[in-house]
Order: sequence, then C-alpha cells, then structure tokens
Amino acid sequence: MAETITLLVTRYRPDTEAEPTIAEYEVPLRKDWAVLDGLNHVKDQLDGTLSYRWSCRMGICGSCGMTVNGEPRLSCATFLTEFAPGPVRVEPLANFPIVRDLVVDIDDFLRKLPTVKPWIVRHVDWVEDGEYLQTPDEQSAYKQYSMCINCMLCYSACPVYGVDPDFLGPAAIALAQRYNLDSRDQGAADRLDVLIHPEGVWGCTFVGECTRACPKGVDPAGAIQRYKLTAAMQSVRALVLPWSAR
Amino acid sequence: MTATRPRAYRQAVPRLWWLRRRSYLLFMLRELSCVFVAWAVLFLLLLLKAVGNGHVDYQRFLEWAAKPWVIAVNVVALAFLVFHAVTWFNLAPKAMVIRVPKQMLAVAPKAIVRRLPEGRVPGWLIVAQNYIAWVCVSAIVAGLVMWSGS
Repeated sequence: MAETITLLVTRYRPDTEAEPTIAEYEVPLRKDWAVLDGLNHVKDQLDGTLSYRWSCRMGICGSCGMTVNGEPRLSCATFLTEFAPGPVRVEPLANFPIVRDLVVDIDDFLRKLPTVKPWIVRHVDWVEDGEYLQTPDEQSAYKQYSMCINCMLCYSACPVYGVDPDFLGPAAIALAQRYNLDSRDQGAADRLDVLIHPEGVWGCTFVGECTRACPKGVDPAGAIQRYKLTAAMQSVRALVLPWSAR
Repeated sequence: MTATRPRAYRQAVPRLWWLRRRSYLLFMLRELSCVFVAWAVLFLLLLLKAVGNGHVDYQRFLEWAAKPWVIAVNVVALAFLVFHAVTWFNLAPKAMVIRVPKQMLAVAPKAIVRRLPEGRVPGWLIVAQNYIAWVCVSAIVAGLVMWSGS
C-alpha cells in the first residue's frame, strides 16, 4: 500500500478569491485514518489556514459532512483507504452556499428546522400524573427517525432542494414525523400546515437519494411518503366529513 | 453579526445535473412520464368521443390510430406508463407501514413472525398485493371488452 494519498481540497477565501479553487495536499495513508484525519493533518502540518467543521470524530455530532469523491459523506466516517491509491476529492456539501473552504452556510436549514416543531408538543399537561410512559412498541414507531444528527447530507443529496431551495427538505420532514409518531406528542395538527404546504412534503418527488445518503439509516424519503399518505387521508376526511375537525 | 459576514459563494446547479446519477435520470424519466399519462387520457377521451359520434367517426378514429406515428407514440407511451406504474408500486411500502396486530403475532406461527421486520408487514408483500390487484383489474377489463365484443 502506498504510504501517502493525495487530497484535492476545495479552497475558497472570500476576501481574496471570486470563486473556489482546488488545492492539492499529500497526506499519510493509514488504515485507521478517515478523510477528517487527513484534513486535520493538513491543518496541523501543511496549511493552518484550511477551514472545515468537525467535532466528535465518531458520527454523532453531524458537523463534518462534506462531498467526498462526489458523494455526500461524514468525513469522520469515510476512510481514506476506500479511495486508495487516490486522489480523493474533498468538496463542501453541495446545495449550500460556501462560507469558506469546506464550511457551508447552514442558516437555511436552521431556519426551517424549528418550523416543524421538532420537540414534544403537549396541549394537556398533568404534572401530578408523573412522566409519560411508553411501551417498546410505541418507541419503535419513531425510533428510526430519532437517529437523525442534523448533518444535512440528505439536503446535499436532494436534487429538489438544489433546484428549489425553498423546499422544506428531507431531515426537517423526517424529524417532524419523529414527533408525529411519538405516542407522547400531541402536536401533529400544529405541524400539518408547514408539512402540507407545496414546499413541504409535496415538494418531494421521491428521488430517494436522501435515504441513500443518510449515515444513520433514517430513511427520510420513507418518512415523506408516509406523511403524504397521512396528508391525503386528512384531506379526504375533511372533504367527506367536513364537520369533524382535524 | 450579519453585516460582518463575508459573502458566501453560491454553488450553481449544473444544467445537466440529472445525467450525473442513475437515480437522478430515473427520477427525471418518471417526471417526464406524466406527459405520456396525459396523452393516454387524451387518446382514451378521443376514442370515447368517436364511439359516441357513431360508426363513421369511429372508423375514422381507427384509421387515424393506425397511422405509424400514432402507433409509435402509443408504444413509447405504453413503456412510460409501465415505468410510471412500476415505480408507483415500488413506492407503496415506503408510504404504508402496516403493523401486524399484537393478537395476530401471538397466534401466528413462529417461523412467520420471525420474518416480519419489527412486527410489520414486509415491503415485498405490499408491493405484491399491488401487482395482484393490477392483474385482477386488467383481467376484469379484458374480460369485459372481450365479452362485449363477442
């Protein structure tokens, strides 16, 4: 095995450059090194000006999402050996504006996320009743969706979001479903208007790339299709039984 | 905060982005299939109108429908409609998550219960039901047409 591998890293310095360029770095190729380790090597040893986001190194924090050889990946969970002998293209997440180098502007996602109220909504609360109990079955109804780490790889993989940035997007809808399907939650009606908006679930045309890109096995595409069915049933019910409110 | 932020670089979506990945191309073809679905509906309406107008009109419609270009369009439309239907059926298990009731799980043979993903009806079974329904409806329509023709 070769001892080094070449990283082709996107650089963008907004103060001096009009558009991104590509820089070449030679980093050690070690069996236990992920792309993130390669970038850390660049930052520590070769070029301290390289900017990128990272935190936990173990696929939990969701900050190190990048486009590695054209695919949206967590750079901490993508090993360099996968691309030997190289080179490895490391670019910022697609579909987001680049702030600097590999750092993208995530404001759009952070603005959209709270609109689906991704927390447990209760309209009736009785403190004296104690905690809300849940059976394993009730938990399994939403558990898969609760694995989302907000890494935004699904937004990067979604061509609908690329073409129409107003689309609510896969992770936000999957997280809405995570709470809608929670037996303790009473907020499904509160999330309805945002989800059934044309830029909500109906913006999705089921390409399915979000599910393939998800590093946590969340299946946002499935969540969206399920909600489409729920929304359609609601509409039919409202038409047939107009007197029964939501 | 916002005032001091440097300008971000907007990554352009290439015009031919849908050729970059097989799944993107299939998605675009599926979007395109709606045009052919509309054509199939229009064709059916024209047929009904011709039938309603009597024998002469119907014969004229048949002659028009036998033109090579109409046949060619219909062959392409059939391919797109089948593609549309198949992708639609494949979507069904994504949209429908059917849990097997606890009481049924308790009495069902262990060998079957083990095969259920988390106590749910497996996706292939939901897809299969769609195909069976498709075959049944097609058979009924074919039967009606042949029965009325004889």
